[in-house]
Amino acid sequence: MKNSKRTSRRQMLRIGALAMGGGLLAGKKAQAAETPSKLGIPLGPYGERSPYEKAVRWTRQSRTPETGSSFTPLADSVGTLTPSSLHYERHHSGIPTIDPEQHRLIIHGMVDRPLSLSVAEIRRLPSISRVMVMECGGNSGSEWAAATGPDVQRSFGLVSCSEWTGVSLAMLLKEVGVRPGGSWVIAEGADACRMMRSIPLAKAMDDALIAYGQNGEALRPAQGYPLRLLLPGWEGNTNVKWLHSLKLTDQPYMARDETAKYTDLMPDGKARIFTYRMEAKSVITFPSGGQTLPGPGLYELTGLAWSGGGRIERVEITADGGKTWTNAQLQEPRMPIAFTRFRLSWRFDGREAVIASRAADETGYVQPSREELIAVRGTNSGYHFNGMKFWKVHTDGTVTNV
Amino acid sequence: MCKFSAIVAALLVASTPSAAQLPVFGVGRPPTAEEIRDLGTPIAPSGAGLPEGSGTAATGREVFAAQCARCHAPKAQGDIGPTLFGGQGSLQSARPLKTVGSFWPYATTVWDYINRAMPFDKPGLLKPSEVYAVTAYILNLNGIIGETDVMDAKSLPKVKMPNRDGFVADPRPDVGNTKK
Repeated sequence: MKNSKRTSRRQMLRIGALAMGGGLLAGKKAQAAETPSKLGIPLGPYGERSPYEKAVRWTRQSRTPETGSSFTPLADSVGTLTPSSLHYERHHSGIPTIDPEQHRLIIHGMVDRPLSLSVAEIRRLPSISRVMVMECGGNSGSEWAAATGPDVQRSFGLVSCSEWTGVSLAMLLKEVGVRPGGSWVIAEGADACRMMRSIPLAKAMDDALIAYGQNGEALRPAQGYPLRLLLPGWEGNTNVKWLHSLKLTDQPYMARDETAKYTDLMPDGKARIFTYRMEAKSVITFPSGGQTLPGPGLYELTGLAWSGGGRIERVEITADGGKTWTNAQLQEPRMPIAFTRFRLSWRFDGREAVIASRAADETGYVQPSREELIAVRGTNSGYHFNGMKFWKVHTDGTVTNV
Repeated sequence: MCKFSAIVAALLVASTPSAAQLPVFGVGRPPTAEEIRDLGTPIAPSGAGLPEGSGTAATGREVFAAQCARCHAPKAQGDIGPTLFGGQGSLQSARPLKTVGSFWPYATTVWDYINRAMPFDKPGLLKPSEVYAVTAYILNLNGIIGETDVMDAKSLPKVKMPNRDGFVADPRPDVGNTKK
C-alpha cells in the first residue's frame, strides 16, 4: 500500500512536470528522493489487453452452446472498429478448427473451368482491404415484440465493424468463366452443418470479397478462418464463414436459412424472401441502458451509426423524447457500410431526459421509429429491425431502456 | 414456382459475364472428383443433386426415435430442437408457429437440411435412405403425404408444400421517410 501511494505521488509529480515542459529533469529530481521503480512485465509475442479491462461478449445460457449468438459490448467500444476478439458471433454448429494448408475453395457448377484453390493461392492474388460493418439479420430481433433490451449490447450488439482483406470474387469468377445461364452462386461453409446460402450472381460480380484478413491479421476462427464470403451491406448470415464451395447455378437452392429462417413474416401471413440488405441504423452508446451519470453537468453524448446502403449522411439526436432533433457531429472519414461515430455535447441538468438517435444514409433513407416499422411489418417479422432506440436518463443519473 | 421465378428474375440485374473470358492469373487447378464429393451436395428445388435411395414415414419413425427424438422429443413436439409439425393457418395470427408443415416452401429443403445439418451433434450421420425416411416421417406428421408414400429423388420434388406460395419479394425501403 505504502509503495503504491509513493508511486502515484511520483506519477503525479511527473505529469505535473511534463505539463510544465520540464519533463525528464524534474522527474529525475523527484525520483532521486524515492525508492526505485519496480520493473513492469517483460515483452511478449502476442498482446493482451490490460487486466483492468473487462468488456466481453454476452451470450445466453444454452443447452447447445455450439449454436447461438454472442453480442458485442458496443457501449464499451470507442472509435469505429471492433476488436476481432469482441466481434459478434452467430454460429449454427460450432467453430471448426481448420488447417489452412488442408483447406481449399472450390468454384464449380456452371463454369467453364472449375477451380480448386488453396488459401496460399488466394493470398497471392491482388488484394483489397475495406472497413466494413457486419450485422446479423436478426440483430435487435427482440425489439419487435417489445423494446425491452436493457442495454446496447443485448439489444443492438449483433453488429461489429472490422477492416477486412481479401480478393474480389468477380475476379475469381472471371478466372473460372461463368457459363451462360449461370445466375446464382450457392455458397457453402465447412462447418459441421455446412451453412449454405444462395447469392445472386449480380452481387457476386459487384462488390463481393473472399476475405482472409481481419484487422491486420488472419480471420479469427470464429469469423471464418481461413476464408469467408463478404457481401458488403448484406445480412451477416450470407457472409458464409469457413467458405469451401461456390457452386454456380441457374436458380436459388432455397436453403433452410433462406426460407425457414432469415425470411420476414408479415401481418398478412406472407413472408418476404431474399431480404439481404441491412438498412440504416444507429444507437446511442453513452449514455445508454445500465449506465449511471455521476451527476448533472456537461457530457459528450456518443454512439454509432451504419447503413448497408452506403455512407452515413446525418445523425440527429433528441433529448426530449423525439419532439426536437439536433444534428450530431460525425467522425470523419465516413466510409460506406462502416461504423460512423457520432457525438454531441449535452448538458444533463438533473431533470429526466429521453434520448435517441436517428441516422440517414447517402440514399436519403432515414432510420424509422419502432412504431413506424411495426405499422407496416407487424411484430412477427423477426429480422431486419432498425428502429430507433430510446433511453431514459433519470433524475438520479441512472439510464434505462424506455 | 412461378411466384419465386418472378422474385428471382427481379434479383438478376445485369452483369452476366461472357463465356469467352480466359483465366488471367492461372492459379489453382481443376478440383478432383474426391474434392467435389467431400462438399455437401446442395439440393435444388427441382431435385437436382438428390441421390439414390428411398424411405417412407413408417421407416422414418424408427430413424427419428433413434436419432432425432432426443432433441425434438419422442413425438416431434419439440424440446431442445423445435417442434416439427403444426401451425398451419397460424401465420397471420399474433403467435405464428413456423414449422415444416406451416412455413417451409419446399420439401427438398427438408431433405437438404436434415442431410447437411442433422442430427445436431452428428451432422452427416444419416444415410440417404434414412434422410428420405425421416423427411417422409416429418411430411406425414404434417399431413402432407401418406404413411406409405415413398420418398425418393423423383417423388420428393413433386411434393406440394402448403406454404409454397407464401413468399414475396423484398419491397424495402417500405418504412420511414426517404427525404434527404
